Amino acid sequence: MRDQRLWTWHLLAGLVILVFLGLHMGIMHLDVLLGIFNPKDPHPVAWANVVERAKLGFFTVSYIVLLGAALFHGLYGLRNILFELGLGAAAKKGLNVTLTVGGLVLFVFGSWAAWAAGALAKTL
Amino acid sequence: MLENKGHPNRLGIWGWLGGGKWGLERYLYTLHRLTGLGLLFYFLLHIFVTSARAFGPEAWATSMGTVSGPLFVVGEFLVFCAFAFHAFNGVRLGLIELGFAIGNPIEPVYPYRTSVHEQRPLAIVMMVLAGLVVLAGGLDFFILH
Amino acid sequence: MTAPANVTFRIRRFDPATQQEPTWEDFTLPYTAGMTVLDGLRKIKETASPSLAWRSSCRMGVCGSCGMFINGHPRLACNTQVTELGTELVTVAPLPNFDIIRDLVPELRPMFDAHAALMPHIIREDTAEMQEPTGEYFQSPHELEQFLQFTYCIKCGCCMAACPTVATDPAYSGPMPLAQSHRYNADSRDGGFASRKRVLATEQGPWKCHYAGECSQACPKGVDPARAIQLMKRQLVFDYLKLYKQPCPSKVVAKVTTITRRPDVPEAPAKTI
Repeated sequence: MRDQRLWTWHLLAGLVILVFLGLHMGIMHLDVLLGIFNPKDPHPVAWANVVERAKLGFFTVSYIVLLGAALFHGLYGLRNILFELGLGAAAKKGLNVTLTVGGLVLFVFGSWAAWAAGALAKTL
Repeated sequence: MLENKGHPNRLGIWGWLGGGKWGLERYLYTLHRLTGLGLLFYFLLHIFVTSARAFGPEAWATSMGTVSGPLFVVGEFLVFCAFAFHAFNGVRLGLIELGFAIGNPIEPVYPYRTSVHEQRPLAIVMMVLAGLVVLAGGLDFFILH
Repeated sequence: MTAPANVTFRIRRFDPATQQEPTWEDFTLPYTAGMTVLDGLRKIKETASPSLAWRSSCRMGVCGSCGMFINGHPRLACNTQVTELGTELVTVAPLPNFDIIRDLVPELRPMFDAHAALMPHIIREDTAEMQEPTGEYFQSPHELEQFLQFTYCIKCGCCMAACPTVATDPAYSGPMPLAQSHRYNADSRDGGFASRKRVLATEQGPWKCHYAGECSQACPKGVDPARAIQLMKRQLVFDYLKLYKQPCPSKVVAKVTTITRRPDVPEAPAKTI
């Protein structure tokens, strides 16, 4: 069951990333061509723009969704590549635990940052 | 199992990279893997760099200061290219792996026409689209800024 | 390519009794019209090196014994004309991704173990009917087309030699076993999807196929294992999302007894087994 489940979620996470990372890349790197969500400053990573986006609940939610989907998609992809090297059972188990714990820690930290930035922006 | 299994003869990692002899899809497979690893590495750093915004404008300025300069712009553009390739090739793979664009099973008649031929137009369209996104990115990164 | 006067065969030799590592050995032969790689090997065994070992049987691309790594591609030696390779140097090595037993003889047992583990046979609940048939299982031409292509597999192992995942990972079943498992999953007479799923949903399943497409390009019979594996993933993903419902295995159609034989058509000969 495990690989059937993980792989299906890998695919679904890819779909989520396609939507949200597409939007993220559009905002950050096609800023001149598209010109979306950068109201205060022509530079997308200027603090004023960061604050404006953080005030929108949509961005807090989308950052957390993108973070979770991208961590799962990326770490599962890494696991797949490493498993294909023909690892032993103990190494596979250790890798599963490491990637799961590492992914969860990064997810909690990143989600906290997105939430805290939103809370900070609302006070400014 | 036999006692003596013989001399080991797996191709190993060179078997992953054995492109150049066969089709376009082997290159896409290799590149998908490399861009995936590159994007993951960037993404893990990106989480830490951008989390600085939670600590206020000074922390944000320091964090953005460490990743500015022409070298980082080129590096970010490479990440953007990797994203464009990985995204469009990923859409192709997702469609194929759900059984679309590979055609129905057919009776094999020589010269054989396989699913690889069936999906090749999709592969080419996706690579053209990825190329267009890379061009748009290049315009935005280096010319309009 | 115009026919060359001579052809050099560079052959990977390995004798486990005397050698630690395989070595290359060259043999030059006069080219004869219509010479296949297998013909060349036979000539070498007759005239130069009687100890040269390989597997072959039917010499017409049907038995699947003579899969070899010829000029860097997995091919059937009997199905490969020397002239189609376009060089006067023909390198012949045993199929990679399998252990070498001797010279050009690969150990195919892991492939057949994986094949057997994926239950490549019709699984039904009506075992009495399967033992002593009272009729035929109904199958429409359309239902037949869903798997017919995959039945042409001769288990030569060329796809396994071409697969990048099999190149490193012994846990992955590989293209041939997975395609053959799908051949039965896609058969309307079969009811074994749930049983096979227990193996396919694990690491042995199709999850490490990333569609490099090599197996389908290498297959000497046009079986297209990559297509079978993607169709299998579709079933398994839809199954996980509760969107796939396996159709009931087809019903028995009673033997037709009401038709009388035309007087000018002779009776079939008596059964011999």
